[in-house]
Amino acid sequence: MQTLIQNLIASGAFGKNPPRDLVAAIVVFVMSLVVFLAIALPFAGIVTWVERRVWARIQSRVGPNRVGPQGFLQWLADGVKIVCKEDIVPDEADARLFKLAPFLVMLAFTLPWAVMPFSSSLILADLNVGILYMTAVTALTVVGVLMAGWASNNKWSLIGGVRSAAQIVSYEIPAGLSIFPVVLMTGTLSMQGIIRGQGWAPQHWFLFANPFTFVAANILYMSSLAEANRTPFDLPEAESELVAGFATEYSGWRYACFSMAEWGNLFIIGAIITTLFLGGWQFPHVTNNVVAMNVLELITFSVKVLFLVFLSMWIRATLPRVRIDQLMTACWKYFVPISFVNMIGTAVWVAIWPDGNVAMGYIMFAGAIALGAIFIQRVIYYLRRSQMEVYLNPTI
Amino acid sequence: MSAVSEYAHNIKDTVSTIFEGMAVTASHFMRKPYTVQYPDRMPVRVQDTLPFRYRGILEVDLEICTGCLACERACPIDCIVIVADKDQQTRQLLLSQFDIDIAKCMYCGLCSEACPTGSIHHTTEFEGADYSLESLIRRFVKDPVIAYKAKKGPETDPRIAPILSRGMAYLDQWAQPGGEKPAGEEPA
Repeated sequence: MQTLIQNLIASGAFGKNPPRDLVAAIVVFVMSLVVFLAIALPFAGIVTWVERRVWARIQSRVGPNRVGPQGFLQWLADGVKIVCKEDIVPDEADARLFKLAPFLVMLAFTLPWAVMPFSSSLILADLNVGILYMTAVTALTVVGVLMAGWASNNKWSLIGGVRSAAQIVSYEIPAGLSIFPVVLMTGTLSMQGIIRGQGWAPQHWFLFANPFTFVAANILYMSSLAEANRTPFDLPEAESELVAGFATEYSGWRYACFSMAEWGNLFIIGAIITTLFLGGWQFPHVTNNVVAMNVLELITFSVKVLFLVFLSMWIRATLPRVRIDQLMTACWKYFVPISFVNMIGTAVWVAIWPDGNVAMGYIMFAGAIALGAIFIQRVIYYLRRSQMEVYLNPTI
Repeated sequence: MSAVSEYAHNIKDTVSTIFEGMAVTASHFMRKPYTVQYPDRMPVRVQDTLPFRYRGILEVDLEICTGCLACERACPIDCIVIVADKDQQTRQLLLSQFDIDIAKCMYCGLCSEACPTGSIHHTTEFEGADYSLESLIRRFVKDPVIAYKAKKGPETDPRIAPILSRGMAYLDQWAQPGGEKPAGEEPA
C-alpha cells in the first residue's frame, strides 16, 4: 500500500507537491471503504444465502430459490426488510450502552480487514504484528456482546452475553496457543511474512509441516468457531433456551449489525486459517505480469477461504449444540493442554530441523489424501445404503 | 480404565464420530431434495392428481338439478340456500337462487350424498383463498332456470346426457347406500 501511494503521488495524480500525509490518509480511507463495501458487506450478505442453500440441501430441502436467479438476491431482500424495521430501544434498557453495542461488534468485524492478505500486494496494512492484531481486534466482539447482554436488561440477553464472554475468553487461549507453532516456524507475526514462509504446494503448507501444526490448525479452527459463536458452540444464542441470547431485544439495523458481523466473521476465520496453515495466496509463478499474478493469488486465497466457510456451514448442519459444561471441558481439559503440547512439540521440531523437514511434508500430505479417500469411501457407502437418487445439480 | 486412556479414548471418540457424521451429511448433500414446490413449480397440478371423490369446493350442475331441496335439508350448517318456485302458467319448477357459502361449508359431503342426480358434488378444487367473505358465496343461478325433470329410460338430450352420466358415476362411486363401490377402495 505504501509503495502504491508513493507511486501515485510521484506520478502526479494529485497535482504537484500535494500534502503527502493527507493524500495518504485519503487513499487509505478510500481503499478501506472499497474493501469494506465491496468485499466485507456483500460477503456477509451472500454467505447467508449460501448457508441457507447448503443447509437446506443437507436436510433434503431446497432453501430460498425465489428472489432472483436461484434466490441469489435473497440477502438483499432480507437486508432491505430488516433495515426498514423499527429500531426499538426497550424502556428499561440502558439506552446509551444498548445503542453502542452493535457498533463495537461491527468494529470487531471491520478492523481485521485491514490486515487481510488478499494477494502479495493487495493488503491494506502489512503490520509487523499482523496476526496478533487480528486476534486482538476480533476479541473486541466480547465487549460489544457483553454490553448488549447487560444493557438489554433482559435475563436471556444477560445469560447470552455472559456465556459469550466466557466462551470467547476461554477459547482465546487455545486459539492464541495454536498460532504460536506457526510463529515459531516463521519467526514473524506479519501476515505476509507467514504466507511467504510457505509454498504454493500443499506439502509446503504449515498444515502439513509436522503433526503438531496439523493438530494446531484443527484446534484453531474449532476455537475460532467457538469465538464466532457458530454451531456447535452457539450457546450465547441458543434458540431453544435463550430466544436469541444477547440479540433478543434488538431489532432493525442494530440486529442486522450483529448477524452481519456473525456471518462476516466466517470469512475472517477462514482467512486466519488460510494465512497460517493453508499457504495463503501462494500461487506458482506462471507469469511476470504483476496484475495477472495478483488476480490469480486473490482467486487462490478466496477459494481456500470459501472452502473453510463451506466447511463451517457443513459442520453447522452436522453437529448438535454442545452443553455449557461440555464446552468448557473441551476448552480447558482438551484444547488448552493439547495446544501446549503442540507448541512445545513444534519448538523441539524447529530446534531439530530449523529449515523444516521436507519429507514430513510429503508424508503428511499423503496421509491427508488417504484420509480424504477414506472419507469419500464412507460417503459413497452412505449414499449406496440410502438407495437414493444422487443429485449433484446445485440448481433446483 | 485409567485416566490417561480415558482421555485418549475421548479424543478418539470425538474425532471418529465427527468424521462419520460429516460423511453422513455429505451423502445427504448429494441427494435430491424431497421438497414439492407447490404451487407453481409442479410437474402436474395437484388438483389433477386427486381422486374423483375428493371433497373439495362444492359445485352444482344446474342442468341436472331437480330442485328437490334435498341438499339444503341435508346440510347441517345451512350453507346452501335454494329458492325454487312453481311457475303458475307453465307448471314448471323455476330455480331463481342457488347459493353455497363456501366460507361456512365444512366439506362433510352430506349434500352430495342426498342428491338424486349427482348435481351437487365436490370438485378437486381446494384453493379458495379470497379477500372477503362475500366473495366466497358461490352463486350458481344467474338467470332463473327450469329445474331438471328425470325421464323414464336413458337421457336423450345430448347436452345433458354426459353431465348426468358424470353425476350418476359420482353417486355410484359410494355415495348412495347400496351403490356400486369401486374395487379396492373402501368408503371413507
